Amino acid sequence: MAAEQKFTQHTWPESPEQATLEGKNKFLGFWFFLGGETVLFASLFATYLALKDSVPSDTHAKATDLFELPLVFFMTMLLLTSSLTSVFAMYHMKNYNFKKMQQWLFITVVLGLGFLGCEIYEFNHYYHEFEHKFTSSAFGSAFYTLVGFHGGHVVFGLSWIIALMVRNAKRGLNLYNAPKFYLASLYWHFIDVVWVFIFTVVYLMGMVG
Amino acid sequence: MANLHPNSGDPKVTYEYRRKKHAEEMRMQVITFTMMIFFTVIAFAAVGAGFSKWFVIPFVLLLAVVQVIFQLYYFMHMSHKGHEAPQLFMYSGVIVAFVTILAFLTIIWL
Repeated sequence: MAAEQKFTQHTWPESPEQATLEGKNKFLGFWFFLGGETVLFASLFATYLALKDSVPSDTHAKATDLFELPLVFFMTMLLLTSSLTSVFAMYHMKNYNFKKMQQWLFITVVLGLGFLGCEIYEFNHYYHEFEHKFTSSAFGSAFYTLVGFHGGHVVFGLSWIIALMVRNAKRGLNLYNAPKFYLASLYWHFIDVVWVFIFTVVYLMGMVG
Repeated sequence: MANLHPNSGDPKVTYEYRRKKHAEEMRMQVITFTMMIFFTVIAFAAVGAGFSKWFVIPFVLLLAVVQVIFQLYYFMHMSHKGHEAPQLFMYSGVIVAFVTILAFLTIIWL
């Protein structure tokens, strides 16, 4: 099956993301990358747990002073819902419905941007209200590295999805871009996987001390 | 056009079968999502209710692990056929992740 071949709903293959050799290779390579990302985030989590609440004096804010559940809950809901909407997008991809796929990806991007906005507000709030900075303590460094690195992944994921949507807007679906959309959605899910551990380990465990 | 569905002589049948299969899978995804929302609410509620931290910490960690398994196996399709290599990569990653966290914590806490 040639990558640029035109399809209909009836001739579209069952696993379009792996119908070509290039797609198969991308699939394998991307999962290998996600395995590596797991290790990378584990080292950041380990650092955070080791340095949590390590502040030079009592005037510095600790985890229990900083975090507020409602904002984190709202951010979690945004990201979790965006994970579902990207599942919807891939459902339409498998049914060869390009327009609906684009619509769901757009909703995913909007939700992701909402999450990012909340995170920027949150960091800004900690910085100005609590003097909780990257350089103010080991706790600050570990916190901003871990949560900021996740935020960086969100930025990259959003840029990736937007780039794919714009670049393929007039092309429609084929076996050349189906693996690309599929992997971008895998990446987006992985961002949510990391966030589940961040809201649990950093925020929820931070609240109980 | 060559028949792309070698298991059936009639592409129309496979087409409808696949559409139905996708729709069923979608329903599973929505159930998965509902349960993930439910776990998240429970986890936040457990912290908000102010139980002992010796109960809350293992409890929310367990909920996180369950939620991530849902995400990996249903949203990221790791339960589908042909995902042996992804499983190898992810489980290897998880083992290294676990050892890394254990090492850091024991260095600091012991």
